[in-house]
Amino acid sequence: MSKETTAAPAKEKVPKEPLFSAKNKRLLYDPLNDNNPITVQVLGICSALAVTVKMKPAIVMALAVMVVCAFSNLIISLIRNIIPNRIRIIVQLTVVAAMVIIVDQFLKAFVFDVSKQLSVFVGLIITNCIIMGRLEAFAMANKPWPSFLDGIGNGLGYGIILVIVSIVRELLGSGALMGFQIIPESFYKMGYFNNSLIIMPPMALIIVGIIIWIQRSRNQKLIESK
Amino acid sequence: MEHLNIFIKAIFIENMIFAYFLGMCSYLAISKTVKSAIGLGLAVIFVLFISVPTCYLLEKYILKAGALQWLSSDLAAIDLSFLSFIMFIATIASIVQLVEMIIEKYAPALYSSLGIFLPLIAVNCSILGGALFMQEREYATLGEASVFGLGSGVGWFLAIVALSAIREKLRYSNVPAPLRGLGITFILTGLMAIAFMSFMGISL
Repeated sequence: MSKETTAAPAKEKVPKEPLFSAKNKRLLYDPLNDNNPITVQVLGICSALAVTVKMKPAIVMALAVMVVCAFSNLIISLIRNIIPNRIRIIVQLTVVAAMVIIVDQFLKAFVFDVSKQLSVFVGLIITNCIIMGRLEAFAMANKPWPSFLDGIGNGLGYGIILVIVSIVRELLGSGALMGFQIIPESFYKMGYFNNSLIIMPPMALIIVGIIIWIQRSRNQKLIESK
Repeated sequence: MEHLNIFIKAIFIENMIFAYFLGMCSYLAISKTVKSAIGLGLAVIFVLFISVPTCYLLEKYILKAGALQWLSSDLAAIDLSFLSFIMFIATIASIVQLVEMIIEKYAPALYSSLGIFLPLIAVNCSILGGALFMQEREYATLGEASVFGLGSGVGWFLAIVALSAIREKLRYSNVPAPLRGLGITFILTGLMAIAFMSFMGISL
């Protein structure tokens, strides 16, 4: 399994905590950089890369993961005290699978073309380690509202990497963003070519590698010891 | 011939890791030594080979539109395909449990060498991915589905063993500090995937 940075369970009883206290805000912002699910926690890479050829499916995928992550965190956190410990994985899988079915049916109803492009990867959100990882590490030990925020935060952190990778790949690979042509026609006449290698799956891995490189050289404390 | 074609395609051209990035989490986490990589790879082959045909039978006789016709002709209009995610993941989780118990009983040596990897496989995306690809590509017979499962497993095995061998050697090289560990592994996998792209277009 991937290594996991556990969040300290909020034990202290604060009588009336504001909805967006500093602690809760950190739950939202932390996964964007210091504790990013993809580049730092190494979770959920499986589905992250195959959908990043174009920006639109990447954004839809990011939203889907965010919704599933937030709501399954919420549900598991609400019932965390009545789940028998031995069968918690099955319970979690069932909740997540139910959420994914709802999202899948929603996508099929409203954005059918994107849903076709995502093909099996919507279903694979079930085994996305981000969701299982957050359920195990956070939702099982925290109250519903922080868990919900944690789900949104991790969904955003996942989405941000997806969107960066897809911007690079769509811009260099097909000269467009969100389907709109960005690189003008005159460039092509002067001999510019779309880089067709970047549409191929391997380049997604290399782009993520480079993102990790940039992030860790800016943020020295993330560097792994030898 | 059709079976051989599906087998080769699943190993090299539509490799689970290099073409679809499935099972990347355990691929990155367990590929530090060749020994554990082989253990996990064998377990994945085994589970894929059993779970893909099982999911095929489920799909064919329960889930597909009109699949319940064999039970009674009144049920021909029922389409349960929206249940496939939950059915597949439950089937996979229980198959993993079952396989674990059977191996523990009849092959204790294999069990101790696979160790903790077996339970981890339930949440390995490549298993559910194999089942979902099988559903999407609509393989015609049980044989084709099993061959596809076996081929995907062998492809995953090859990828993780190759990567772990490279990572063992990599320990003696001087990688730039921010790239150490995860970063270089990603780039390595990318380069390996480019190499695997040269298999594209092969058909038997």
